[in-house]
Amino acid sequence: MWQELREELHPKGFEVVTVALDTGGVEAAKPFVDQANANHPSLLDEAHVVDELFGVVNVPNGVWIDEGQMIVRPAEPAFPGRNPVMESFEKLDVSTLPPDIADIMVEVKKIRTDPAAYKAALLDWVEQGAESRYALSPDEVVARSQARTDAEATAAAHFELGQHLHRTGEHAAAISHWREAHRLQPENWTYKRQAWNFEDPVRQGHTDAYDGSWIEDVRKIGPENYYPAVDL
Amino acid sequence: MLLDSLHVDVDDFKGRTGWSVQPQGLCQGDVCLPLPADAVADGRLDVQTVAERAGMPLVHDEAHALWALGPAAGSGRRVLTTAQAPDVELPDLRTGKLFRLSSLRGQKVLLLAWASW
Repeated sequence: MWQELREELHPKGFEVVTVALDTGGVEAAKPFVDQANANHPSLLDEAHVVDELFGVVNVPNGVWIDEGQMIVRPAEPAFPGRNPVMESFEKLDVSTLPPDIADIMVEVKKIRTDPAAYKAALLDWVEQGAESRYALSPDEVVARSQARTDAEATAAAHFELGQHLHRTGEHAAAISHWREAHRLQPENWTYKRQAWNFEDPVRQGHTDAYDGSWIEDVRKIGPENYYPAVDL
Repeated sequence: MLLDSLHVDVDDFKGRTGWSVQPQGLCQGDVCLPLPADAVADGRLDVQTVAERAGMPLVHDEAHALWALGPAAGSGRRVLTTAQAPDVELPDLRTGKLFRLSSLRGQKVLLLAWASW
């Protein structure tokens, strides 16, 4: 998805690094990278370390890092000019779908993103560097990063225990830690979707393992708030 | 940070959390927390002391004899304490080789988090 933009901007001293936040590991993430035939670093983060270090609570999220390895925009929803996934959904006639999938798609279609504005801002930064009005000061970068109270930090610890237990074949034990992570940080979609997906891939519907599901939780906050509006 | 012991190698600790042991204490960016002299012995850090000093939650899974140390937290705190990008090292799915974010110093980088799920 980012290949085209990367090709356009690479000669200007710009690189894309994708990171798959996938407890499912190589098996889950590699087919997508192979299919994209990516020519930029395409990393795997099985332990969700990037979530914790950069404050990623949903995907896709982008972080801008300048030539001196200073963050100039912290994690925020990021789309490459066009959002082919959402575009393909636009054309979809939900009446042709199984009812539970149709319900999900009705909500998905209400999700708001602004890929064109994001791309324009990114191009401006690549051209103008620190002079770009989209490049934020260090203080603003810190202030805009996610909150980290005790609840969020404890959620991160539970999530990590869960991911380790899952990876070592103790899936049932992982669920209780993931439930706790969801309770402590309900706005973290990464924790929730990663966990739900093991019980019910694609739909991420309600199961005995968790209190929530994608559609229930999206309806609770309103699909238009699923990606917070990017304050460019 | 996942732990099977409450004494952790200082280099492992730095690699995973970004906090390093310095003469003035435990430091990350410009922030340094004083540590009692006995918090480090034989290159290993006493996790309980550090957790308390740095406001890091320590979660114990007794049945599996494991702990997880969460990131430093507190009221009003943000995930980032500095705009300096944390240096992460992760495997590249194309090659299987480890890739370090800081190897791109000198270029502008868009770090893009995505997932298969």
